[in-house]
Amino acid sequence: MEFDFQYAWRILPALLDGVVVTLEATLCGIAIAIVGGLVLAIVRLSRQPILSTLAVWYMEFFRLTPLLVQLFFIFYVLPQYGIRLNGFVCGVIGLGLYYSAYTSEVFRAAIEKIPRGQWEASTALNYSRGATWRRIILPQTPPIVVPVLANYTIGMFKESALLATITVNELLGTALKEASVTFRYLETITLVGLLYGVMSISASLAAQNLETYFEKRR
Amino acid sequence: MKNEGNLQAVSTTVPCIEFRGVSKAYGSNQVLRELDLIVPARQRLALIGRSGSGKTTLLRLLMTIERPDSGTIKIDGEPLGWHELDGKIVWRDDESLRRVRGKIGMVFQHFNLFPHMTVLDNVMEAPVYVLGLSRAEATDRAHHLLSLVGMTEKAKSWPRQLSGGQQQRVAIARALAMEPRIMLFDEITSALDPELVGEVLRVVRQIARDKGMTMLIVTHEMNFARDVADRIIFMSGGKIVEDGPPEIVLGNPREPETRSFLRSILER
Repeated sequence: MEFDFQYAWRILPALLDGVVVTLEATLCGIAIAIVGGLVLAIVRLSRQPILSTLAVWYMEFFRLTPLLVQLFFIFYVLPQYGIRLNGFVCGVIGLGLYYSAYTSEVFRAAIEKIPRGQWEASTALNYSRGATWRRIILPQTPPIVVPVLANYTIGMFKESALLATITVNELLGTALKEASVTFRYLETITLVGLLYGVMSISASLAAQNLETYFEKRR
Repeated sequence: MKNEGNLQAVSTTVPCIEFRGVSKAYGSNQVLRELDLIVPARQRLALIGRSGSGKTTLLRLLMTIERPDSGTIKIDGEPLGWHELDGKIVWRDDESLRRVRGKIGMVFQHFNLFPHMTVLDNVMEAPVYVLGLSRAEATDRAHHLLSLVGMTEKAKSWPRQLSGGQQQRVAIARALAMEPRIMLFDEITSALDPELVGEVLRVVRQIARDKGMTMLIVTHEMNFARDVADRIIFMSGGKIVEDGPPEIVLGNPREPETRSFLRSILER
């Protein structure tokens, strides 16, 4: 079977539409993962033993079960309890919850790296606990956190291909739909691979730049 | 210092700082033992002693960075972060604690400046976000204090660009910006290169002269303690061993333990 460049060219616009959906899913997913991870990290480091334990359980559960199973659960099981969401929303929530378990560890490590003297100085300046978090502790985390989060974003970008299994027309889903009609898997899947590859490589270069930027500022 | 008249009236009736039976242990290490201490308003008290004698812990308890295992602390007659419930002491971390704690400021051995803020923002931040000052007021106050500690030129610098002595002077300005009535200095020159000690102590001497605050100073600089303090306490094993005016405690101590400590300091 020969690679049909004309066919590949013809399906490219449809695949690029898929790329847009993939990027949207990644952005929404990482947004949830950042907020979720931050909340989990703060809860885990809080002085509330019960909440802290719950946060640990959450992290263990989401890290020790396959993302695909979690997605299926949200997409196929929740509707039986009256929670009906479209594939894209399910996918974004699934990615976000799963990655929260990982990003929370990033935030926790960053927060624990901040010297105790910073907390003590905040106490001495009569900050409330909430204000200490908001004004002193969290603003010091980006140099440590951002480069790692950038790498998780790339990871999520790749794993968002799983959303194809829950009817989302992202890059892989679009390609599979196309190929199921024409049976030209060679061109479609090759293109999909190339598109993922090109974007991942550029994103990873950007992430490296980000890292050197923060290293210089430290 | 608009309320100075008032404060003085209060201070004649109620002691400024009052420790009653305060004990504190870290694990099996008993750092403070049933400590009683009264510091009248405006007194400048220097705490001396070997490391591990409990001086720093005393300051940290007062700043509410740590809680005592037993005993109570009052500021101007008000409980510092505790109340009594059915005859038991219950600790609390709420507005009432913050109201009393607002009277106290502290300068640390390792400066603890906020690395993500410029020098100016370090001094402005708490007055704006904790006291609710306008940015204009806070900026004025910050510039005034930075000039007091001789750091005007560095207002726009970042803490990491400064020497230890400069960082410590900024930390002093930052603490003063909250206009505390009680200032705690915790070995503020111990982390400095010897040639930078002078500039920091000069600033503290000036504040001691001008500001009329109550000061608790933990230090290993005996000459500084003699100059700046009007009372010196020698601590050992979590207890106050000797307590008196500088010329007695440093010049002619009663206790043999104080004498041997002073001798060991001089020999260094």
